[in-house]
Amino acid sequence: MADAVAHAAEAHATTTGLPNRKLLMWTFIGSECMLFGSLIMTYLVYRGRSVTGPYPEDLLNIPFITVTTFVLLMSSLMMVLALAAVQRDDMRQGKLWLLMTALLGLVFLGGQVYEFSHFVHEGLGLGTNLFGASFYLLTGTHGAHVAIGVLWLLTLFGLAVRGRLTAAHAETVEIAGLYWHFVDVVWIVLFTLIYLLVG
Amino acid sequence: MDQHATGSGAGPERDGQPHAEHASVRTYVGVAAILAVITAVEVMVFYIEALHPVLVPILLTLSAAKFVLVVGFFMHLKYDDRIFRGIFLGPLFVAVAVILAMLALYGVFTGGGAA
Repeated sequence: MADAVAHAAEAHATTTGLPNRKLLMWTFIGSECMLFGSLIMTYLVYRGRSVTGPYPEDLLNIPFITVTTFVLLMSSLMMVLALAAVQRDDMRQGKLWLLMTALLGLVFLGGQVYEFSHFVHEGLGLGTNLFGASFYLLTGTHGAHVAIGVLWLLTLFGLAVRGRLTAAHAETVEIAGLYWHFVDVVWIVLFTLIYLLVG
Repeated sequence: MDQHATGSGAGPERDGQPHAEHASVRTYVGVAAILAVITAVEVMVFYIEALHPVLVPILLTLSAAKFVLVVGFFMHLKYDDRIFRGIFLGPLFVAVAVILAMLALYGVFTGGGAA
């Protein structure tokens, strides 16, 4: 009964001929482009204008952040594998990949917590200089998005474990996937602009 | 490893809506491998002193390539309806234009500063 209701909710004709929830998620992602665009713009405008240290070149650890970047990229692979598994109703694999995606997201968040605490220990606070303010705001906003994504994925995993997520809910997983991949895409940009084009 | 994944509500008759065929699992793994290689190249380029004069265009190009791969294959924009493409690319274009305009206004490209 629950499955039938869920299926009916997911599968109904729309005026656009496209799933409304997916349309909504893409619209949300479009608005997120504007949000992150404004934060990236602020970071770039303030770049190199801090009058007191510590400066980016004193703090940024490229090898460490490369590893966490790799982890987030691979989490995107786990996410598409989860979606593919759910779509072919292979819920054993679907659960596995959903959990792996969430775990890799948690590893990324752990890396960010370590990085932030290290920077604070080195004397970079939110109000220390322009770099600190714009860096924490930009990467912190991204981290908050990752945290929301992890909670979303763990919720889907919990539903799958309880048998309440099946192939009939593939669109639900796809929408969560769109969000997760967008978070990954934002980090691809931040990794280059903040860490590799340092100074 | 070669099953095909499809869009929301997999199956053509699922909900009376069009569903484009998505990439295979093998393609996803291939794209992830390319993403990992590009990331490694980015970091290598960062450490090669001789490439520093052209660091910005190289890194921006590599970053854009990764962006397109994730959006096109993992987010299925390559296979999905054009409306989704427009909804995403429209705001993205505006965001990039605003960033470039503000950077120009603040003299970032000329090495100057705002008044």
